[in-house]
Amino acid sequence: MSDTLVYLYAVGRAALRTVVPAGLTGIAGAPVRALVADRLAAVVSSVDALGFGAEALRRNLDDLSWLAATARTHHSVVDAVWRREPVAPLRLGTVYVGDDNVRAMLHEREAAFLALLSRIRGRQEWGVKAFTATDPDVEPDEEGDGAELRPGAAYLQRKREVRDRTSRLRAEVHDAVEDLHRVLATSAQQSRRYVLQDPRLSGHPPNLVLNAAYLVEQATSSAFTSAVDGWRSPYLQVELTGPWAPYSFATLEES
Amino acid sequence: MTAGGMAVPGRPRPGADSGPQSSNLADILERVLDKGIVIVGDVRVNLLDIELLTIKIRLLVASVDKAREIGIDWWEHDPSLSKGSRELAEENRQLLERIRALEARAAARRSRGGEERPKTGRPRGGGDE
Repeated sequence: MSDTLVYLYAVGRAALRTVVPAGLTGIAGAPVRALVADRLAAVVSSVDALGFGAEALRRNLDDLSWLAATARTHHSVVDAVWRREPVAPLRLGTVYVGDDNVRAMLHEREAAFLALLSRIRGRQEWGVKAFTATDPDVEPDEEGDGAELRPGAAYLQRKREVRDRTSRLRAEVHDAVEDLHRVLATSAQQSRRYVLQDPRLSGHPPNLVLNAAYLVEQATSSAFTSAVDGWRSPYLQVELTGPWAPYSFATLEES
Repeated sequence: MTAGGMAVPGRPRPGADSGPQSSNLADILERVLDKGIVIVGDVRVNLLDIELLTIKIRLLVASVDKAREIGIDWWEHDPSLSKGSRELAEENRQLLERIRALEARAAARRSRGGEERPKTGRPRGGGDE
C-alpha cells in the first residue's frame, strides 16, 4: 500500500474535535477528522501520495480543473468547520507525511496559533470590491462651449476640457474609495487592502478601484453589511462577499 | 453556533445562513491560493509556482465569468470542458497580445493622421518653385 499523506485544511482549538460534522468529506471523498495535539487540533483528511506527493502535487497544481475542484473542496471543509468553531484556514496544498508530523508542528507553533485564534474568535471576514460606476476616459458627447471658436481652437479646448474633467473625476473616485474604506474600517476590527494589480494579470475588471477584506465582530456584522448596502456614491459600485472564514487575517506572528 | 443542517460540501446550501452566497470560484481561488496560513509541510511546493498559477487561473476565470455565469459543476464534472480550459488560457493570452498589437497600431495611425492634417492646406509637390 502506498504512503498515506495528511492534508491540512485549518487549525483550531482542541474543542473542534467535537464539532467536525459526521460524514463531512474532503479531497477525493476522504472523511475529514480532527487531529488533536494538546490544546490545538488540525482539520485533516488522508490523501494519496499519488496525487499529493511532491512531484504529483506540482503537476496537479498546473491542472486547472484539478485545482478548481481542490480549491472548492478545501474551502467547503474550512467553511463547514468554521461555522461551528473558530479556525484559522491554511493555504491550499499543505501536506504532511503522517499524523505525528502534524502533531509536532502543532506543538512547535502552539503559542502563535493560540494568539491567532483568540484574535479571530467570534469574527468574520467580509470581502468588499468597489468598481468605478463610470469610465473616466469616456469623452462627453455634448459640448456647449467653443462653438464660436474656429475648428482647431475648439478641438484643443475640447481636449483640454476632457482632460480636466477626467482628472477631476479621478480625484472624485479616489476620494470616494477612501471614504468608503474609512467608513468600513471603523466598523471592523481589522482591515486589509489588496494591491490592485494590472487587470490583465489579476483578471479583475479594469474599473476595480478597491479590493479589501474586513474582519468584523459577528455581533456587529449586520451593521457592517448594512453600512455596505447603504453606502451610496455616484462614482462607485460596491460588491460584498461573505461571511468568509478569516482567510485574509490568518497570519502567524512567530516569536 | 451549531447551525443545524450544515450541508455536505459540494452541494448547494439551501437557505444557508444570513449573507450573500460566497461560492464564486474566482473569490474562492483568491482566498485559498493567496491567503490563509502558509506552513511548509513535509511536501514542499514552490510558492512561486502557485503565484504564477494564480495569474493563469485568474485570466481564465475572468474570461469565463464574463462569458456566462458558471454553475458550480462546470469545472468538476465536464471533462471535455475542463480539458479545454488550458487551451482557453492560452487562447486568452494570445488574444490579449493581439489586442495590444492592434491598439499600438491604431495609436500609431492616429498620431500619423495628426501630422498629416496641417499638410493638406499646402500646395502639393515642390515643382513650381
